[in-house]
Amino acid sequence: MEENKTLTKHSPGYGIYILVWLALVTLTALTAAVAGISFGKFSIVVALIIAMVKSYLVLSEFMHLKFEMKAFRVFVVVAILFFLLLIVLLFQNYSYY
Amino acid sequence: MSTENQAVIHVHRDDVGARMGMWLFLLSEFLLFGGLFLMYSVYRYNHQHDFHVAAEGMNVFLGTANTLILLTSSLTMALAIAAMQKGNKILSLTLQIITFLFGVAFLVNKFFEWRAEFRAGNYPGSPILTAKPSGQILYYGLYYTMVGLHGVHVIVGMTIIAFMIRFTIKGIINKDNYVKLENAGLYWHLVDIIWIFLFPLFYLIT
Amino acid sequence: MSNSSIALDGNGKLPSYLIDQGKHKGILAWLLSTDHKRIAILYMIGVLSFFAVGVSLGFLIRLELLTPEGTIVSAQAYNELFTLHGVIMIFIVVIPAIPGIFGNFFLPIMIGAKDVAFPRLNLLSWYLYIIGGTMILLSMVLPGGAADTGWTFYIPYSVRTGTNMVFTLSAVFILGFSSILTGMNFLTTIHRMRAPGMGWFKMPLFAWSLYATGWIQLLATPIVGITLLLVIIERVFGVGLFDPTLGGDPMLFQHMFWMYSHPAVYIIIVPAMGVISEIIPVFAHRTIFGYKFIAYSSIAIAVFGSMVWAHHMFAVGLSNNAEFIFSLLTFLVAIPSAIKVFNWTATLYKGSIELEAPMLYALAFIFLFSIGGLTGIIQGALNVDIYLTDTYFIVGHIHYVIFGGTGMALFAALHYWLPKMFGRMYNKKVAKVAFWHIFVGFNILYFPFLIMGWLGMPRRSYHYLPRFQIYHVIATVGSWVLVAGLLIMFINLLRSLRYGKIITENNIWGGESLEWKVQTPPIAENFEEIPVVTAAPYEYKENDEPVLEKEEIV
Repeated sequence: MEENKTLTKHSPGYGIYILVWLALVTLTALTAAVAGISFGKFSIVVALIIAMVKSYLVLSEFMHLKFEMKAFRVFVVVAILFFLLLIVLLFQNYSYY
Repeated sequence: MSTENQAVIHVHRDDVGARMGMWLFLLSEFLLFGGLFLMYSVYRYNHQHDFHVAAEGMNVFLGTANTLILLTSSLTMALAIAAMQKGNKILSLTLQIITFLFGVAFLVNKFFEWRAEFRAGNYPGSPILTAKPSGQILYYGLYYTMVGLHGVHVIVGMTIIAFMIRFTIKGIINKDNYVKLENAGLYWHLVDIIWIFLFPLFYLIT
Repeated sequence: MSNSSIALDGNGKLPSYLIDQGKHKGILAWLLSTDHKRIAILYMIGVLSFFAVGVSLGFLIRLELLTPEGTIVSAQAYNELFTLHGVIMIFIVVIPAIPGIFGNFFLPIMIGAKDVAFPRLNLLSWYLYIIGGTMILLSMVLPGGAADTGWTFYIPYSVRTGTNMVFTLSAVFILGFSSILTGMNFLTTIHRMRAPGMGWFKMPLFAWSLYATGWIQLLATPIVGITLLLVIIERVFGVGLFDPTLGGDPMLFQHMFWMYSHPAVYIIIVPAMGVISEIIPVFAHRTIFGYKFIAYSSIAIAVFGSMVWAHHMFAVGLSNNAEFIFSLLTFLVAIPSAIKVFNWTATLYKGSIELEAPMLYALAFIFLFSIGGLTGIIQGALNVDIYLTDTYFIVGHIHYVIFGGTGMALFAALHYWLPKMFGRMYNKKVAKVAFWHIFVGFNILYFPFLIMGWLGMPRRSYHYLPRFQIYHVIATVGSWVLVAGLLIMFINLLRSLRYGKIITENNIWGGESLEWKVQTPPIAENFEEIPVVTAAPYEYKENDEPVLEKEEIV
């Protein structure tokens, strides 16, 4: 049956992980640095975008999402969409008085 | 083959299934924090100025340090799995222990941070805090709950890693069967991702 | 094949799962079992015991409301009664009932698996469930008294009341955790453990409904979990989160509570719809009409059901925009439910209908659920809802949907599957007598709710105006008929476990899904060999070519 497919076939080298880590540290430094600059309303947007990029790196590289079955990625997208839906609908109440 | 007795229970191992279960559980965890992020967004929207003022009291240095600690612990966790895949048991074990120690460091930092806040009188129900504008009370309420709940997850994650260290020593986790370690890693990375969002939302919005 | 080391019993059958085969014997062989079938039985004992408690509480409430003034209980006790009735019925009975009992027992068999994906987690779910349930029962007897906020735990009263709130809230949190683990387990089982040939669109509709339910459990339950946890934190540590005196927003609590608790209605009703989709084709002897529509409508209900929560809050002062959007979405969610009802009735059309007990309950489901659904649409309309909010109309509606829906489906499932699970048949005549008592009693009890609600009778009120008394008297009499019917039904079923006629054939009702191809009662491993599925589900063609051919798996 599918017994052979159960072990993760890939086994990425250590190097790629260290590269990802360097990217994450750089992004952290970036977000801390730009926090001092006032973008007004956009500073939160900038901070969140950087956080999303970092999460994407952790998800796809550290958590091996890019190697998993497609279904796993669909799951993650479903959960994120569900959360966004809740936020959008919730703000129908708070932002339109 | 046919001499195999039917009564023998098939040891059916499904690592993909095990990881799928873990992922589904993590999505549930994500929405547990999701509820808190919803609250944060609403309260921040309603009390923008108070949130800015309250965030200025945060110790950005400790926050940044903790971010780096967690990111690096994620790296060591990922490396520990890679080492196990390559069959390097000693290296994997060392990396797992380092990950655990990073968890300890994170909590120690957190302890000093909270102690400073408490000494400044910003603990829940304190006369100083309750005299502040309601937006700041909410900021601190969310800060203690979200960071506290995250801290609980760090402790749970460290407990899981402690078990993994034990399993690795006993050889239950080995080159051919390391899905437990992978799942522990997934949990640890999720804790990291949550912190990636908590950090800017509480420390960098001044 | 049969050279197995397991001895055959007298009838030439393999020993069933009911006979201890592991290393434990007696009660431990049940409490420590990871067999999904035994865990299902454990769930059944739990759910039905708590159901008995919930019914007793409801019975007391009806007795108290016989007269406009207080009689048998104090006002405080009355508040605790309706809270407990709600909490027990919602969180401990109907949410876990169908997935816990019949999902556990039949999902793996229906998709051709030997167990669920995580058997030990499955047992853990049951223990969490029992711990949560026991905590709620304990909150009744401990000093301080049971929660008196109503099952919705609205802020700010829930942070102020002196009753055992922390106990009740923690219990609901634990129950939520149990529910999440069940959902995760079923999702993984359906994804990973379907038998060869069992494609997505060859799964029985019950499995589809559990799949949709699993997603709601997984994604919506944590939101109420965190919300209730925050109420606990607010009570214990005085952290400012929802309490308006600390700047919090009580409406936000309501939003977050209903973000789960509205989808929870679908956690409750979708598995019930799955049961009905199984029973209708079997007793109409026809292929189900619109299989794919029913399967997709389960998913559609899960999606739309997550987007309508604020229709519970039309009277609290939402923004105009939110009121408009949530009202519109509420009308939309009726569509997939209606699709199912149309498909069931289309299946019945020109079928040769056999009115056995399960079918009677299934038809009662369609009838009562339609009333429940239509009264729901009435309240989805904004201006009507402003008038009907917090009246007995909503109480009638929730009971028509949840008791008339999931309750009837649960009884249908009990009559349909219990003989398979235990290998003994109940008394069919008595089952029908019980059915008519339940059906008639139900309508006498709950229809007056709709009328007096329309006339303005407020819900949860201890005293009421004398002009409503006639409706309350009728309802209370109805509760007696209903309880009599429930007693007859449960005594009949329990009695059958010991004295019922022994069933030897595998296929009791002429069903086509896999659980009817295995031995009655099933063996511990469900299948001697994993089946290979070749046919679509519900094929009732001219006297049926075999649906599956068994093949040796190497």
